[in-house]
This record gives sequence, structure tokens and C-alpha cells, in this order.
Amino acid sequence: MTLAVSRPAFSPVLQRFGRSHEFWLLAVILALCLVLSLATDSFLTLQNLFDLLTSNAFVGIMASGLLVVLIAGGIDISFTATASVAQYVALTLAIRYGLGWFAMFAIAGAIGIACGAINALFITRLRISSIIVSIATLNIFYGLLIFFTGGKYITSLPKFFRDGVWWFEYDDASGTPYALNLQILVLALAFLSAWLLLNRTNIGRQIYALGGNKDAAQRLGFHVVRLNFLVYGYLGLIAGIASLVQAQLAQSVTPTVLVGKELDVLAAVVLGGASLTGGVGTVLGAILGVTLLAILQNGLVLLGVSSYWNQWFVGLTILFAVSITAWRDRRRRSAKMVA
Amino acid sequence: MSLDARAPWWSSSLPRFHGGAAQILALVLVALLIVFWLLLGDQLFSVRALQSMAFQLPELGILSLAMMVTLLSGGLNLSIIATANLCALAMAWVLTTHATGAEGAMWVAWQVIAVLAGVAVGTIVGLINGFVIAYLGVSPILATLGTMTMCKGLSIGLTRGNVISGFPDPIVFLGNGTLMGVPVALLIFLALCVPVAILLNKSPFGHRIYMIGSNEKATRYSGVDTKHVLLGVYVLSSLLAVVAALVMMARFNSANASYGESYLLVTILAAVLGGVDPFGGFGKVGGLLMALIVLQVISSAFNLLNFSPFLTVAIWGALIIGVTGLSVVLESLGWRRR
Repeated sequence: MTLAVSRPAFSPVLQRFGRSHEFWLLAVILALCLVLSLATDSFLTLQNLFDLLTSNAFVGIMASGLLVVLIAGGIDISFTATASVAQYVALTLAIRYGLGWFAMFAIAGAIGIACGAINALFITRLRISSIIVSIATLNIFYGLLIFFTGGKYITSLPKFFRDGVWWFEYDDASGTPYALNLQILVLALAFLSAWLLLNRTNIGRQIYALGGNKDAAQRLGFHVVRLNFLVYGYLGLIAGIASLVQAQLAQSVTPTVLVGKELDVLAAVVLGGASLTGGVGTVLGAILGVTLLAILQNGLVLLGVSSYWNQWFVGLTILFAVSITAWRDRRRRSAKMVA
Repeated sequence: MSLDARAPWWSSSLPRFHGGAAQILALVLVALLIVFWLLLGDQLFSVRALQSMAFQLPELGILSLAMMVTLLSGGLNLSIIATANLCALAMAWVLTTHATGAEGAMWVAWQVIAVLAGVAVGTIVGLINGFVIAYLGVSPILATLGTMTMCKGLSIGLTRGNVISGFPDPIVFLGNGTLMGVPVALLIFLALCVPVAILLNKSPFGHRIYMIGSNEKATRYSGVDTKHVLLGVYVLSSLLAVVAALVMMARFNSANASYGESYLLVTILAAVLGGVDPFGGFGKVGGLLMALIVLQVISSAFNLLNFSPFLTVAIWGALIIGVTGLSVVLESLGWRRR
């Protein structure tokens, strides 16, 4: 302790940030942005940034939910199936009974929570590992959905839903309108809610503790089963909400379009520094992880690289990032051992 | 500690499940066969139905073997399908550009070279996986998620998502031919199971894989070069994926960047259903074989009953939770195995 005090004490918060995963991620993103805005005219335009936010909203919203589960030491990849089910049921009911916004989100959220609770039930009561449970439930939810719906599209969505949200409209010089749309609104709310849950509530501390050391968490008297229901239920709720946001953007419901994106979301969250062993991860990191992948893919398109090569660069980035992180952790650990 | 008398709920998935997997699955299989026989009559056991089962099983089977060896070491390989497709494309490229025009000995030679090209690509991917996981210490899910995306990206980039098709007869024979009524693909799969089982259970390399899966740290401190063994595990997994690639491309007579992607998570289900501990250390090839037969019987029967293939997938998911849950229930009733 005395050592730390004797150092010139200029802003310890900034110093700690300088050593963090998020700092390096931010540096990479800023460098990427700099290169892209110099190399292309179209990157740093309001139009492009607006499109980026809107089109990556689904992955971002899901990332905020998956982060909570990862911090609690679990994993869930069934959320895309959950979202597909919630989307289909909520919009089918909304069309049939003429429901409004609130009812629609309530139904989708409730279905999400129910699916999350099923995951939590199997994980806690049957003692099956979370990855196996969620692979199984992914197949169950998705299989049943396609079986009962026959994979049919829904295209005739209610008019108010198709119009979505369009607040605070702003027209730029050339007359192109921008506004706060449903995607950006929910994206911001989702990250805010995850941040509040993790950093400003007692439950958030318990989630970190559960992921950090399950035995200790239980012996401290945390209700581990209840916490599990909470985190998987939360991810389900987020999946339900995100599914409607996605349907609004796509202007239709396609039951097959979401399943398969689960590993993309996982990659984004993990790029942001969340650990699969639990207890580690921040909302800022998740935001930066999603941002990095989004800008990378957007930048490649703007630079004129054929979109067929997108995945190759994304894969390279993931592999590179996780390797660097692991290598730094290892060096830090060995440095600690020597000291 | 009295707290530990009953294992806490999170203490890994199937602690006492491995020993009984094959037995429980045998019971499940008998039950399924009776139900399907009542529903379908002899249709399920007709030569045609059996042969179509035998044609479908090997692809999933070989890929499941590739997944299983990594699961045993406490890891996971999400890149098996992407590796298989990349290798299949490499082989397909050599075959269509060189073998089709060649004649006589060169025709044979180019087919051998094609297979070797697939093996080379597979080995490289396996080495990358193994190096990143064993020597850099990246968690297997993340490392193989990266290589999966990379391999698929490479396949898509090089082919622009197109299909390469039209192979010489001997290659097509591997996927579609039969020897005395038995599909060649099934024979390849069975011929692969034996050496893999021997490698896992009778060789020092295999013992080390199980040891690493049970407790990597303890294995390292007991003088085993765990990094070297893990590197071998991921190369082995990739090589098995190459065989799967060969069977798959032969069956379709074409190769593409995104064939068989729906198999990825199913291979994990099959392995775990067959008694492989998802945290490593336990599991036998025999159990996996049993699980594959159960899955295939369900799939074929549902097909004959004209059910949607998506219902099959849902039932597969339910089956794994049901079988695992059953073992937990039996255990809580005091019926302990092993």
C-alpha cells in the first residue's frame, strides 16, 4: 500500500484504465476509425454512423444480455432461438388481436423470461453444464418453432409497428432525415440497464461473486439458484425485446434468420474482455467488442474489399485478439509470481 | 465438510453418469425400437430403411469423433465443420482442375494428391488450434470460434460461396458406393472407430488425453508435456474432420463453404449423450456409437412418419436433457452406478 501512495498520484483511475483491456480495445478502435476516415470519404458521415448503429443494434442488445450470463460464470447460446420464438408469437398475437406496443413487448419479454427460466431450471436442478443445456434448448425451441409454424414468414405487420419510433428528427444540409429510432433507443436502454444491474445494485455484486467463485458465493449465503434464474431470465427478457427490435428493422418476421448468430454475439462479448470462466467483464468492454466487429466489417465494405472476405477478417481479428489477451494474462501472472 | 457430502449442483454435469451411459442408452434404444415398431411395423427394419440409415450415420459419426477427442481433453472444437469444408474445397479444387483432364496413372496420382492436399490443410488448421490453445493458453471455445470463422471466411472468400462439383468415380464411390450391401462410408466410419478407440484407451497418448481432461495441472506436474499432447489432440481432431470432409464431398459429389453446418452443435450433443463428460476425462467410443445409433433411429423413424426434420432436432435436444435428467433422478433415489 505504501508503495502505491509514494508514487506520483496523478489520477489513479486513468492509470488503471491505461492498463485495462478496454483501453487497448479503445485504442484499436480509434486507430481503425482514423484510418477509415482518412482512407474513405464515407466512413465518418452521419449517414454511415447512423446505419452502423441501427444495423448492429440486435447484436449489441443481445451482447448486453449475454454479458450478464458470462459474468455469472454461465453460458447460453439458445438466445437466438428464444428470440425467434418470442418474435413469432408476439407478432402473431399482435396481428390477430390488434395489440399495441406495450402488450407486444410484454408478450415477447415474458416468453423470453420463460425460455430463460427453462434453461436455468435444467442447469440448476438437473446439474447439466450450461453449454450443453443451451445447445439442447436451442435445438428444442428452434425445432418446435419451425415444426409448428412451418417456417412461414410474417410480412403484413401492423402499421404502427412498421413505422416504429422516429423521435427528434433532424435534417442535414442535403435534407436527409435522421432521428432516434427504435433500434438506437433500445440499444442505449439495454446497455444502460445492464450497467445499472451490474454496477449499481447489490445483485450485480452477487453476480460477479457467483462467477468469480461459486463456492465462496454460496458460503456467503447468496442464493445461487435464484441468481441463476435471474441471469438466464434476464438474458431471455433481453432476447425477447431484441427480437422485436430486429423484426421492426427487417419489417418482417422470418423464423430462420436469427438462429446462427449466437456465436457472433458471443465473439463480440468475449472480444470485449468477458471471460468464459466467469467473474470478469464490463459493459464498456462489451460495447467496444460489438463496436470493433461492426466497424471492421463496415470498413472493409467501404474500402471496397469484396464482402465475401468479411468472415475471414472477422475470424482473424477474433483469433488475434483472444491470443493477445491470453498472452498478456500469462505474462502478467508470471510477473506476479516472480515479484 | 458435511456441506460436501452431497455434491453441490454445479459440480459439473455428469459426475456419476459416464459408467452407465451405454446401458441407459441401450434401454432407450430398445424402448424407441418398440414404439417405432408399433407405429411403423416392419417398415423401419426394411433393407432400404436400414441402408439409408447406414448412409446418413457416417458423416455425423466421423464429425462426432473429431469433437469427442477434444471434449475428452477438456476442450472443444467448434471449427470441425469449417475445417472439413475448407479441406473438402481444397480436395475438390485439385480434383476438378487436375484429375478430370488426366489419364491413367496420373489420374490416380492426382486423386491421391487431392487427398493429401486435404490432409495438409487439415493439419495446418489443427496446428493453429493446438498452438493457440496449448501454448498461448486461449480457452478452446474462443480459439476454435476464431479458427471456425477464419476457415469459413477463407472458404467463402476463395469460392465466393460457390459450389465445386463433379469428382472422379473412385471418390464418389466413397460416399455413395456399397460393398456387399454395406455403404462404403459406414465401413470407413467403423474402420476409423477401431483405431481411435485403441488410440484413446490403449496408447500412452490416449491415457494422457484422459488425464489432461480430468486434471490438467496435476498431469503437467506429473511430468507430462501437456502442451505437446494438446497440440496432438487438435491435430487429430482436424485429421478426423478431413475424413469427414472426404465422405461428405463424395456423398454430395460437391464441396461448398457451408455444408453440414447444422451438425456442429449436434456433434456435441451426440458425444455427451454417449457419456462423454463435457468437462473432459471420461467417455468411450462405444458410448458415442450407441448415441449415434439412437439419434439415427429417431431421425429415420421420424422421416418415415413424415415428421418435419426440425421436430427430429427438437427431440434430439429433449433426449439429452431427458437422459441426463434420468440419471440425476435415479441417483437421488439412491440408485448409484459405479
